[in-house]
Parts: sequence; structure tokens; C-alpha cells
Amino acid sequence: MKLQEYTRSHHNFEECMKCTVCTAFCPVLQANPLYPGPKQAGPDGERLRLKDPYFFNQALKYCLNCKRCEVACPSGVNVADLIQSARIKYDQTPPKFRDTLLASTDMMGTLARPVAPLVNFATGLGVTKTVMDVTLKIDRHRTFPKYAGRSFESWLKRRRKEQAAFPEQVAYYHGCYVNYNNPQLGKDLVKVLNALGVGVQLLEKEKCCGIALITNGMSAKARKNAEHNIGQLRQAIVDKGLKVVTSSSTCTLTIREEYPNLLGVDNAEVRDSMLMATRFIYEKLEKGAQLKFRADYHKKIAYHTPCHLEKLGWGIFSEKLLQMIPGVEFILLDSNCCGIAGTYGFKKENYKVSQAIGEPLFAQIRSVNPDIVACDCETCKWQIEMSTGYTVMNPISILAEALELNEK
Amino acid sequence: MKFDTVIIGGGLAGMVAGITLQKAGQQTAIISTGQNALHFFSGSFESLKEANPRIVELFSEAGVRLHYKPGVWLTPLGKFRESALSLEDVDIFPTPQFGRKALIVNFLGYHDFFSSFLAEGLEKQGMSCRVRFLNLPELEILQQSPSEMRSVQIARTMDKLWEKVVQEVRVLLKDEDTVLLPQVFGLQDPSVPGRVRSSIPARVVFAGTLPPSVPGIRTIILLKQRYQLLGGTYMMGDEVVRAHTHEGVVHSVATKNLDNHYIEANNFILCTGGFFSKGLVSNPFQVYEPIFGLDVSYQEDRNLWYNPSFQEDQPYMHFGVKADENLHAIQDGKALENLYVAGSVLGDTHPEFGTAAGAAIRTALHVADEILQN
Repeated sequence: MKLQEYTRSHHNFEECMKCTVCTAFCPVLQANPLYPGPKQAGPDGERLRLKDPYFFNQALKYCLNCKRCEVACPSGVNVADLIQSARIKYDQTPPKFRDTLLASTDMMGTLARPVAPLVNFATGLGVTKTVMDVTLKIDRHRTFPKYAGRSFESWLKRRRKEQAAFPEQVAYYHGCYVNYNNPQLGKDLVKVLNALGVGVQLLEKEKCCGIALITNGMSAKARKNAEHNIGQLRQAIVDKGLKVVTSSSTCTLTIREEYPNLLGVDNAEVRDSMLMATRFIYEKLEKGAQLKFRADYHKKIAYHTPCHLEKLGWGIFSEKLLQMIPGVEFILLDSNCCGIAGTYGFKKENYKVSQAIGEPLFAQIRSVNPDIVACDCETCKWQIEMSTGYTVMNPISILAEALELNEK
Repeated sequence: MKFDTVIIGGGLAGMVAGITLQKAGQQTAIISTGQNALHFFSGSFESLKEANPRIVELFSEAGVRLHYKPGVWLTPLGKFRESALSLEDVDIFPTPQFGRKALIVNFLGYHDFFSSFLAEGLEKQGMSCRVRFLNLPELEILQQSPSEMRSVQIARTMDKLWEKVVQEVRVLLKDEDTVLLPQVFGLQDPSVPGRVRSSIPARVVFAGTLPPSVPGIRTIILLKQRYQLLGGTYMMGDEVVRAHTHEGVVHSVATKNLDNHYIEANNFILCTGGFFSKGLVSNPFQVYEPIFGLDVSYQEDRNLWYNPSFQEDQPYMHFGVKADENLHAIQDGKALENLYVAGSVLGDTHPEFGTAAGAAIRTALHVADEILQN
């Protein structure tokens, strides 16, 4: 009985029953009246666009691509994919210089790293922020992520031999953020995996997953990155028989879902072997591996599930791992979007909307008043730290901090 | 990952079963494919004239206030239907003649509240009605995009703006003893409907709108918070794609998001809803239950599936998964010992239950009790 499978439409849009549930869960619709909403921008608009591309609406750029509409949809319609695909297909506007800058995380990281202290100093200055606000329309309220002086890749390369000595091996797709901004997260991941007897390797040469390129109208470049990365992952997974772990929920979602669904890049060979490190660690512990935690570790931790992790459905692994640490008082925050959505919130025209979207989350964090907010997404981290003043840590870093290590 | 009980379906039945089991000390997970039928909820659960204090208590512990009061409630189209148990902000009247004169208030540009149907319905009962539209500047931002001026968007504004609406209504009110307002109050703050009521000097009736249902969404948010506070694991937006069953016992299920990471449990509850939620699926040849392939009771002859008269009772609404008297699911004529069925997937919600919502709650409680006893 393949009848219904054979008639399945692009992104399943014909399954839309017009029930309007997605509109109740769209964070943008609550804050920006210029956005037509997921139902209108997605399946409703698609019917019209298929007749005539004239009906493509520039306001689709206000979509955060948070995927909350897809998580809410009772009929399995890929609403956000419909919206992003329409932007890829119909939007002919060349990306602004600013958007090119924001989207080129790889290039910016490579350029900034050698002069990191200078860049960090400059982007922290009020005057730089004002200049960027006026000339580039990057909102002056934003705090820029700091660049690290030494990349994670070079740190791990120096430990190649030591890592190769572990009986079990994984490859790590670290992403731009760990490499250029927060190598400590990568080091934490190595520490936790080593404690489980697992050595960590780099892929031969990874590139940015490309999510910022997709959302900033540079899908051709994103497709190139995708094809390159799939080749790299195939080398590790198919040729070497390794699992690949990740620590960023958005990079993971992009490679697992956006590559085939938005960019048309096949990932079937590697999809099931690329896991968030939280899931990899949970599965090891479930099979009997053990981690020892410090007796003196006591923290009240509020966990925020990033939208893209919610879409992946893997937030439960982070939740369960944090709950395993004996001294942790765990609070699961309500499912809400923080509002930044990668480069979206950095743009001047989106700043207010971005903060309005995040407010319910910020208010809950303030009322819970935790020691640390835990979250698997780097841009959520920037947004929550800037907007609430609370420190945000990746669950992997929390595990690393709570570990009791016998040797050393 | 292993749990005591895994509940497939996160609607009303799933929530009630989950909360009951967590409260009894079990570790459970709810796997939910998208949002559920509470988003289309009228606010009236059932017309069964058999009070069940346990239901009222379970909801009140989650912050959802219900009242048991056999009578009739006013549908969004101005008709009266029997009801006995409803959300507190949905009135149940002893008879349809509940007032003398009504002021029906709508918002300018809002098309999902049928004031003229309501007026016609009330006039049939001998009430005289006056319909007025409020034009609040705060709603102008929503009016810019008429297709998105929906209940939930208005309700978000009303959480902050209800006092202003109250003032406007008080100005409009002449000698009416009843004020009808759309159900757009109390999305985040459940105390708002009560405060609106007590600050208008007439009987305030909140009448239903087109979906999404504001009281329904408030209910699901509160039930979900309660479930998670009790330690339940809620897996939103995932879908069970396969079950592993051996000799009449279900061992684990595979989901779309977790692929080869199976979810194991001692007991499973299937409460995946009816046709809308794909708990039941039809094609031109059959009606089936897609996860376990359970036995389904339905008419073989497809011509008998529906009644061409839309308003009449539809035979397909009675189709459902077969279960034994303790709600064990039946597969190939045999009961599965650790798979239970609750809610609309059972179909044929018995007429005495009145509505599917009441049946969902009562079957879920029954299943939870069965699991806890065994």
C-alpha cells in the first residue's frame, strides 16, 4: 500500500489541514506583525508560489527557522523547511555585506584568531559597536563573541598521540564556535570522553556546517560546505568505522536535516552515526560505563532546551545526564525560544523582536535564580548571558567540571 | 532508555495517565507527535451525569479548575448541548433560557467569533441580543495581518489588556443581564476569566471561537508543567515508527528522532487519538492502526464509512482499536498483556460519555489503575 507514500508532496505540505496549531507556537508571530506566520508563509503560501513565483513574499526573511512550528504540527508538515526552501528558490536579492560577514563564521574566525586580543578589545568598545550599528546595522546592544588566541584544532593536534592511545576512538565535528570562540568546550568534551576510555580525533578538515549561509541567502556556498563535510564525515564513518560526536545542536540539526531537506545533499550514509556527544555519553553509561563525580559538586542548574535540539528530539539526553550528577538540583525550564536564532538577533532590524521573543525565558530564569543555566547551543548562550546576566554552560562542560578524576 | 511506562500520545488521555502514574511513583515518558486535540477543545468535557471527584482533583492539582454541574452549555454556533463537567470559565446552565437580554461583544477585525450565530441562537430562546465591536488601538497591530488575527494572538494581548476591555464593556452595557465575550482570556494567567467576571455587573459568558482554543491551550500547558514537575519525560514532536513485540509482550518502541536508540518499558499505553492525530489511518481499502497493527473495528464496505449528511452522526467516528474489558489492546484476536489503549483511538466513545474528552480521561484513569494494580 504505497499509495500515500507515492503521493507525498514536497515537505509534506499537502498534509496541512489548516488547523492553525503552528501559529500558536510561532515565536515571531507574537512579536512582529510584519511576519505572515508559519501557516501563511509555509503551506498556504506554497500553494500560491507553485502557481506563480510572484506570490513569494520578502517577509519570509523574518522566519527564525527555529522549527517550533514543525515540532507542534500534528500532521507532520515541515513548515519551516517550506519557508526556508521558498527563500532559497525564489529570493533573488543578493545578501547584504553585513549578512555576508555574519554568515562567514569560518572566514571571520580564521582572520580574527591571530589578532584575537585586538579584535576582542575592539568589538567590546562602545565606539566600535556604534560604528557597526550605524554602518553595518549590527545592533549596538549585542555583545560579540570573543575569539580565542589558539584554535581548538591546533590544541587537539598536539595531543594526537595521547588521544590515539585510547582503546576506543571517535571523531569530533567541533564546529566554528568551539574552534574559534570557545576551545574550552572542546577540551571539556575531550576530558569527559577520555574518562570513558574514548580518544578523540579531528576530521581531516571540517568546514562550517553552513546554517548561517542558508539563512542569509547564500545557499550555493552552503551546499559546497555541505558536500565537503559529507565527504569528510564519510571518510570517518564509512572508511574508518568511527562514530562522529558533536557539541552544537544547530550544527547537528543542519547536517542531519537541513542538508538533505533544504540543500538536496544526501547524508544517508552518515546520518545515523553522527551523534550529539550527550547522546553518545548517555548510551555509553547505559551500557555500563561509569563516570565518577566529585562529592563536593553542588549546583542548582536550570536547563534550557535549544529549539533545534527540541526538533532533533535529543534534549532528553542532556536532561538525563545532568540529573545523573549527584550534587545537581535540576530544573527543566519551560519550552521557549530565546529569540536570537544565530545571526538573526544580531541584525538591527530584528533586535527588538529578538528580545521580546526571549522575555518569557529570561523571566523564568530570573525567578528560578539558578547557579548556572545549561544549554547545548552557543547562540542561545550569548543571548541568555547578555539578557539575564546568568552564566550559561554546555552540559558537556558541566559534566567535565563535576568529574572526579583519579589520576593527574 | 528505559521507563516503567511509556505513553504513546501526548493529548488529554496521555497527560492524565502520565500524571497519575508519576504521582504513584512510576517513571514514565510521553512520546507526542505534535500538538493535540486540546487545541480544538470546546471547554466541555462530558455530559455523563456521574461526578468523579478524582478528575476534578487531578486537574485542580495542575492548576486547571473544573466544575461539575449537569445542564447545558452554549456552543460557538449558538446551540445548546448537554454537559456536566467543564472548565470553570465555560458556563453550564440549568436550561437554555438563562437570561433576558444579552450584549455580545466582539473585537473589530476578528472573524473567528460568530456573534451573529450566537445572537440567533439566544434569540430562539427568547433572549434579545445586541452585538457590538470593540476597536482597541492595542489590537491594531494584529489587524495589519487579518489572516493572523486569531484567538491566541488576541489572548496574548488580553492577558495584559483585560482591564481595558472590562472598562469598555461597562460603558457599552445598558440594561442587559448577560455579556457574551469570546474565549480569549486567561491564556497564561488562569485567574483572568474570573477577574473579568467579577468586574462586570452582569453575567459574563465566554463563548467558543474557532481554533486554536485558548482554554484548551491553557489546559495543556498546565497539565504538561504538572507532568514535568512530577518528573515525567515529555518527548515533543517525536513519533513512534515501530514497535518490537514478542509473544504478546511489547518490549520497546523505535522513534523517528531516536532511530536505533529504542525506548523500553514494562508497560505501554497507546493513546494516539483518532483520524486527525493519525492514531487511526484510512486509505481507500481499510482502516488501520499504524504502530502495532492492532485489530480495528470498522465497516468493511467503504460506502458505509460516512453519512453524506454532514451534520449527522458519522459512522467512521465510531471506528476504533479493539480492546478487552480492561483495555488491553487486541492484536490478531489476542490481548497483548502490557499494551493498553485509552482515548479517542478506541473510537466508539460510548454515547453515555457525551464527548471524547470525558472518555479520554476516564479510560486513561482506568488504564493507569490497571497498570498500578498489576
